Amino acid sequence: MRPLTEEETRVMFEKIAKYIGENLQLLVDRPDGTYCFRLHNDRVYYVSEKILKLAANISGDKLVSLGTCFGKFTKTHKFRLHITALDYLAPYAKYKVWIKPGAEQSFLYGNHVLKSGLGRITESTCQYQGVVVYSMADVPLGFGVAAKSTQDCRKVDPMAIVVFHQADIGEYVRHEETLT
Amino acid sequence: MEGQSVEELLAKAERDEAERLQRITVHKELELEFDLGNLLALDRNPPTGLRRAGPTPEAELQALARDNTQLLINQLWQLPTERVEEALVARLPEPTTRLPREKPVPRPRPLTRWQQFARLKGIRPKKKTNLVWDEVSGQWRRRWGYQRARDDTKEWLIEVPGGADPLEDQFAKRIQAKKERVAKNELNRLRNLARAHKMQLPSAAGMHPTGHQSKEELGRAMQVAKVSTASVGRFQERLPKEKAPRGSGKKRKFQPLFGDFAAEKKSQLELLRVMNSKKPQLDVTRATNKQMREEDQEEAAKKRKMSQKGKMNSAPPRSGGKRKGEHHQGGKRRK
Repeated sequence: MRPLTEEETRVMFEKIAKYIGENLQLLVDRPDGTYCFRLHNDRVYYVSEKILKLAANISGDKLVSLGTCFGKFTKTHKFRLHITALDYLAPYAKYKVWIKPGAEQSFLYGNHVLKSGLGRITESTCQYQGVVVYSMADVPLGFGVAAKSTQDCRKVDPMAIVVFHQADIGEYVRHEETLT
Repeated sequence: MEGQSVEELLAKAERDEAERLQRITVHKELELEFDLGNLLALDRNPPTGLRRAGPTPEAELQALARDNTQLLINQLWQLPTERVEEALVARLPEPTTRLPREKPVPRPRPLTRWQQFARLKGIRPKKKTNLVWDEVSGQWRRRWGYQRARDDTKEWLIEVPGGADPLEDQFAKRIQAKKERVAKNELNRLRNLARAHKMQLPSAAGMHPTGHQSKEELGRAMQVAKVSTASVGRFQERLPKEKAPRGSGKKRKFQPLFGDFAAEKKSQLELLRVMNSKKPQLDVTRATNKQMREEDQEEAAKKRKMSQKGKMNSAPPRSGGKRKGEHHQGGKRRK
């Protein structure tokens, strides 16, 4: 377990900023405690100082997880955001997409969101912008990447993909073994 | 009339000649000193003309410069000339002015080990002749260097000494000894150089075989020996069961686990600030999207008005306002 290097921090921040933009500094600088990012077995954990001090007493090979796992660094040092980060992305999300009840099931199984399942989308979403996906009852379901800008969403046919799936809460069941 | 014009011409020619001479000849109280090798002319006359000139001595300065240059060129014309590729060239003499140093004076070097020892013992270098009479070849040969007088590696017959192994190669032994002497000399030279430049040679602390070395020391010595080839160890064979070395690259240093949390937070916020400042303020795509959206709204409003006018008495007008995410099938594709 170790802190992140400058390079790793930069890569991770760039990824997270795609979803929450400048609100990222609210994650770094919190009024209710000191929270920090630590790297353990290539995974990045967001953990409070208290819990970190407790976790330091556990040997590295026996430690499975601490705090919240935000994602992991791949072998080629790219950062991949996991669904476990949703609790921290959802409140600060800048661009949101609401999907209809009929399409929720499909999204939770890992499929992309089609135009026919799209309920609402934030105005002025650019193409390939990171978005957080909500159900019509404002429950965060996961996150993805907008395949079309809001303008194009209005004009495209109903079977076109509008949001690429990246992570959804169904993964808690599907990928139970690999999530930490 | 012709006579007058001829006279006039002659007079004019005389006047021109006088003017030219006047321009060429310059009168100075003190003669100038010339260093033609550097194209230098030194004027030691007191600058009374300049002092009298007042606040703007431009004209006087120009006149002075012209005069001095004229004198210098007069001197140049007196030099011996030659022709180089259809150009008349004057051959300049050697420069007489001594120019100052470009770079600072070199520092005194520290004495080498031999020089220190010689100074201590009071040994002076004996003057030796360069050539020595060589009996074997019957001619004068150098004392050292190429084809020297007594080169023991060049002997064609060597007697095997009494106590030596009869199967040992004496010629190879002599060549080996010479190589070792040369290597030792080179090492000492580099050490002297390192001392002069106050640098450190890579230490060979544990590399000399003593017979009482631990496994780690021997392993290290072996690794260093493997890498000390011209190809930095790339083509060295390994023993059959020997494993490849684990890559003794640089060890990365990480921050401690509970470092200064405040400092960590500060550096992260700084990184975020830099990241945000790099993003452009005006996003071109967003601006164009906004423009397109406004145009679409105008189109839709116009269309609705037309349809309302057309069917005034039929179905009630549709609720106005754009709904987000709705189909807009009438919208034209705009480039």
